Amino acid sequence: MTKLVYFAWVRERIGVGEEQIDLPETVKTGADLLSWMKTRGENYEAALAVDNAIRIAVDQEHVDHDEPIGSPREIALFPPMTGG
Amino acid sequence: MTATDPVIRVQREDFDIAAESARLTQGRSDVGAVVTFAGLCRDEGGTLAALELEHYPGMAEAEITRIAKQAAERWPVTGLTVIHRFGKIAPGENIVLVVASSAHRQAAFDAASFLMDFLKTRAPFWKKEHRKDGTTGEWVEAKDADDKAAERW
Repeated sequence: MTKLVYFAWVRERIGVGEEQIDLPETVKTGADLLSWMKTRGENYEAALAVDNAIRIAVDQEHVDHDEPIGSPREIALFPPMTGG
Repeated sequence: MTATDPVIRVQREDFDIAAESARLTQGRSDVGAVVTFAGLCRDEGGTLAALELEHYPGMAEAEITRIAKQAAERWPVTGLTVIHRFGKIAPGENIVLVVASSAHRQAAFDAASFLMDFLKTRAPFWKKEHRKDGTTGEWVEAKDADDKAAERW
Protein backbone atom coordinates (compact mmCIF):
# COMPACT_ATOMS: atom_id res chain seq x y z
CA MET A 1 0.00 0.00 0.00
CA THR A 2 1.11 3.49 -0.77
CA LYS A 3 -0.06 6.58 1.08
CA LEU A 4 -1.35 9.23 -1.33
CA VAL A 5 -1.63 12.79 -0.01
CA TYR A 6 -3.25 15.78 -1.68
CA PHE A 7 -2.99 19.51 -1.11
CA ALA A 8 -4.77 22.79 -1.94
CA TRP A 9 -7.31 22.56 -4.80
CA VAL A 10 -6.22 19.03 -5.69
CA ARG A 11 -7.28 17.97 -2.17
CA GLU A 12 -10.55 19.94 -2.42
CA ARG A 13 -11.49 18.45 -5.79
CA ILE A 14 -10.64 14.88 -4.83
CA GLY A 15 -12.51 15.35 -1.55
CA VAL A 16 -10.02 13.72 0.83
CA GLY A 17 -6.62 14.76 2.15
CA GLU A 18 -5.04 11.32 2.08
CA GLU A 19 -5.74 7.67 1.36
CA GLN A 20 -3.98 4.31 1.18
CA ILE A 21 -3.94 2.83 -2.31
CA ASP A 22 -2.65 -0.36 -3.90
CA LEU A 23 -0.98 0.91 -7.05
CA PRO A 24 -1.22 -1.40 -10.09
CA GLU A 25 2.05 -2.70 -11.52
CA THR A 26 1.47 -0.71 -14.71
CA VAL A 27 2.09 2.53 -12.80
CA LYS A 28 5.82 3.12 -13.25
CA THR A 29 6.16 6.89 -13.69
CA GLY A 30 4.40 9.98 -12.38
CA ALA A 31 2.61 10.32 -15.74
CA ASP A 32 1.38 6.70 -15.45
CA LEU A 33 0.11 7.46 -11.98
CA LEU A 34 -1.88 10.49 -13.16
CA SER A 35 -3.42 8.55 -16.09
CA TRP A 36 -4.45 5.71 -13.80
CA MET A 37 -5.76 8.01 -11.05
CA LYS A 38 -8.05 9.73 -13.55
CA THR A 39 -9.84 6.42 -14.16
CA ARG A 40 -10.76 6.15 -10.47
CA GLY A 41 -13.73 8.54 -10.60
CA GLU A 42 -15.08 11.92 -11.64
CA ASN A 43 -13.54 13.70 -8.67
CA TYR A 44 -10.09 12.44 -9.64
CA GLU A 45 -10.71 13.35 -13.24
CA ALA A 46 -11.69 16.88 -12.23
CA ALA A 47 -8.72 17.31 -9.90
CA LEU A 48 -6.10 15.95 -12.29
CA ALA A 49 -7.54 17.08 -15.64
CA VAL A 50 -4.55 19.20 -16.62
CA ASP A 51 -1.38 17.15 -16.27
CA ASN A 52 1.05 20.06 -16.32
CA ALA A 53 -0.85 21.79 -13.50
CA ILE A 54 -0.01 18.90 -11.17
CA ARG A 55 3.25 18.57 -9.23
CA ILE A 56 4.32 15.20 -7.86
CA ALA A 57 6.46 14.47 -4.79
CA VAL A 58 7.70 10.97 -3.96
CA ASP A 59 8.65 10.41 -0.32
CA GLN A 60 8.64 14.20 0.10
CA GLU A 61 10.92 15.04 -2.85
CA HIS A 62 9.84 16.67 -6.12
CA VAL A 63 9.93 14.39 -9.17
CA ASP A 64 9.27 15.07 -12.86
CA HIS A 65 6.31 13.34 -14.49
CA ASP A 66 8.57 11.11 -16.60
CA GLU A 67 10.66 9.88 -13.65
CA PRO A 68 10.12 6.39 -12.24
CA ILE A 69 8.32 6.49 -8.91
CA GLY A 70 9.67 3.19 -7.57
CA SER A 71 7.83 1.75 -4.58
CA PRO A 72 7.55 4.68 -2.18
CA ARG A 73 5.84 4.99 1.18
CA GLU A 74 4.19 8.27 0.24
CA ILE A 75 3.25 10.10 -2.96
CA ALA A 76 1.88 13.65 -2.95
CA LEU A 77 -0.08 15.40 -5.69
CA PHE A 78 -0.54 19.16 -5.55
CA PRO A 79 -0.79 22.32 -7.65
CA PRO A 80 2.18 24.62 -8.37
CA MET A 81 3.34 26.14 -5.11
CA THR A 82 2.50 29.68 -4.02
CA GLY A 83 4.35 30.16 -0.74
CA GLY A 84 6.93 32.77 0.17
CA MET B 1 33.55 29.70 5.87
CA THR B 2 32.35 28.91 9.36
CA ALA B 3 28.68 28.53 8.63
CA THR B 4 26.54 26.84 11.20
CA ASP B 5 23.74 24.64 9.88
CA PRO B 6 20.82 26.59 8.46
CA VAL B 7 17.98 27.19 10.91
CA ILE B 8 14.65 26.21 9.33
CA ARG B 9 11.32 26.66 11.06
CA VAL B 10 7.80 26.09 9.76
CA GLN B 11 5.34 27.41 12.32
CA ARG B 12 1.92 28.92 12.94
CA GLU B 13 3.27 31.63 15.29
CA ASP B 14 4.72 34.98 14.28
CA PHE B 15 8.47 35.61 14.40
CA ASP B 16 10.66 38.41 15.75
CA ILE B 17 12.78 39.82 12.92
CA ALA B 18 15.21 41.69 15.20
CA ALA B 19 15.77 38.66 17.43
CA GLU B 20 16.37 36.36 14.45
CA SER B 21 18.83 38.83 12.95
CA ALA B 22 20.67 39.21 16.27
CA ARG B 23 20.99 35.45 16.63
CA LEU B 24 23.25 35.30 13.55
CA THR B 25 25.68 37.89 14.93
CA GLN B 26 25.70 37.22 18.67
CA GLY B 27 29.05 36.19 20.11
CA ARG B 28 30.97 36.51 16.86
CA SER B 29 32.97 39.27 15.20
CA ASP B 30 33.53 37.86 11.70
CA VAL B 31 30.13 38.91 10.33
CA GLY B 32 30.17 42.05 8.20
CA ALA B 33 26.73 41.81 6.63
CA VAL B 34 23.26 40.69 7.60
CA VAL B 35 20.44 40.72 5.06
CA THR B 36 16.89 40.15 6.28
CA PHE B 37 13.92 39.70 3.97
CA ALA B 38 10.41 39.58 5.37
CA GLY B 39 7.40 38.73 3.21
CA LEU B 40 4.09 40.15 4.47
CA CYS B 41 0.43 39.63 3.67
CA ARG B 42 -0.95 42.44 1.45
CA ASP B 43 -4.60 43.55 1.60
CA GLU B 44 -4.91 43.60 -2.23
CA GLY B 45 -6.47 47.06 -2.42
CA GLY B 46 -8.53 46.57 0.73
CA THR B 47 -10.36 43.48 -0.55
CA LEU B 48 -8.48 40.76 1.32
CA ALA B 49 -9.48 39.70 4.85
CA ALA B 50 -6.81 37.01 5.25
CA LEU B 51 -4.64 34.50 3.50
CA GLU B 52 -4.81 30.88 4.52
CA LEU B 53 -1.51 29.09 4.06
CA GLU B 54 -1.64 25.34 3.63
CA HIS B 55 1.61 23.37 3.75
CA TYR B 56 2.90 19.83 3.39
CA PRO B 57 4.21 19.00 6.88
CA GLY B 58 7.56 17.28 6.72
CA MET B 59 8.25 18.06 3.09
CA ALA B 60 8.04 21.83 3.74
CA GLU B 61 10.90 21.61 6.25
CA ALA B 62 12.83 19.12 4.09
CA GLU B 63 12.56 21.18 0.91
CA ILE B 64 13.53 24.46 2.60
CA THR B 65 16.51 22.65 4.15
CA ARG B 66 17.58 21.41 0.70
CA ILE B 67 17.34 24.94 -0.73
CA ALA B 68 19.23 26.45 2.24
CA LYS B 69 22.02 23.88 1.92
CA GLN B 70 22.42 24.76 -1.76
CA ALA B 71 22.68 28.44 -0.83
CA ALA B 72 25.28 27.64 1.86
CA GLU B 73 27.35 25.68 -0.68
CA ARG B 74 27.16 28.41 -3.26
CA TRP B 75 27.92 31.50 -1.17
CA PRO B 76 30.30 32.02 1.77
CA VAL B 77 27.56 32.72 4.29
CA THR B 78 28.18 32.59 8.03
CA GLY B 79 24.54 31.88 8.86
CA LEU B 80 21.12 31.29 7.30
CA THR B 81 17.68 31.33 8.88
CA VAL B 82 14.38 30.64 7.12
CA ILE B 83 11.03 30.82 8.90
CA HIS B 84 7.78 30.19 7.03
CA ARG B 85 4.39 30.51 8.67
CA PHE B 86 1.22 28.57 7.93
CA GLY B 87 -2.43 28.98 8.93
CA LYS B 88 -4.57 32.11 8.67
CA ILE B 89 -2.57 35.32 8.23
CA ALA B 90 -4.14 38.80 8.18
CA PRO B 91 -2.98 41.72 6.01
CA GLY B 92 0.03 43.40 7.58
CA GLU B 93 1.22 40.21 9.28
CA ASN B 94 4.45 38.37 8.50
CA ILE B 95 4.46 35.29 6.26
CA VAL B 96 8.11 34.45 5.66
CA LEU B 97 11.54 35.47 6.92
CA VAL B 98 14.95 34.90 5.39
CA VAL B 99 18.09 36.03 7.20
CA ALA B 100 21.53 35.60 5.63
CA SER B 101 24.81 36.69 7.18
CA SER B 102 28.30 36.80 5.71
CA ALA B 103 31.64 38.60 5.95
CA HIS B 104 30.82 40.78 2.93
CA ARG B 105 27.46 42.02 1.69
CA GLN B 106 27.18 40.39 -1.74
CA ALA B 107 27.06 36.82 -0.46
CA ALA B 108 24.31 37.72 2.02
CA PHE B 109 22.25 39.60 -0.59
CA ASP B 110 22.60 36.81 -3.17
CA ALA B 111 21.92 33.95 -0.76
CA ALA B 112 18.77 35.69 0.57
CA SER B 113 17.51 36.41 -2.94
CA PHE B 114 18.23 32.85 -4.14
CA LEU B 115 16.45 31.42 -1.10
CA MET B 116 13.33 33.48 -1.70
CA ASP B 117 13.18 32.66 -5.42
CA PHE B 118 13.42 28.94 -4.71
CA LEU B 119 11.06 29.04 -1.72
CA LYS B 120 8.42 30.52 -4.04
CA THR B 121 8.75 27.81 -6.66
CA ARG B 122 9.76 24.69 -4.68
CA ALA B 123 8.61 24.90 -1.06
CA PRO B 124 5.23 23.13 -0.66
CA PHE B 125 2.99 25.97 0.52
CA TRP B 126 -0.27 27.17 -1.03
CA LYS B 127 -2.20 30.39 -0.40
CA LYS B 128 -5.96 30.68 -0.38
CA GLU B 129 -7.66 34.06 -0.25
CA HIS B 130 -10.42 34.99 2.17
CA ARG B 131 -12.23 38.10 0.96
CA LYS B 132 -13.59 40.97 3.05
CA ASP B 133 -17.07 40.44 1.58
CA GLY B 134 -17.20 37.12 3.43
CA THR B 135 -16.57 34.90 0.41
CA THR B 136 -13.78 32.40 0.27
CA GLY B 137 -11.77 33.50 -2.69
CA GLU B 138 -9.56 31.56 -4.99
CA TRP B 139 -6.35 29.68 -4.49
CA VAL B 140 -3.57 32.05 -5.47
CA GLU B 141 -2.16 31.07 -8.86
CA ALA B 142 1.53 30.46 -9.37
CA LYS B 143 3.19 33.22 -11.38
CA ASP B 144 5.41 32.71 -14.44
CA ALA B 145 7.50 35.62 -13.11
CA ASP B 146 8.40 33.50 -10.07
CA ASP B 147 9.57 30.62 -12.29
CA LYS B 148 11.66 33.07 -14.34
CA ALA B 149 13.15 34.53 -11.17
CA ALA B 150 14.24 31.06 -10.05
CA GLU B 151 15.65 30.21 -13.50
CA ARG B 152 18.16 33.08 -13.41
CA TRP B 153 20.22 31.26 -10.78
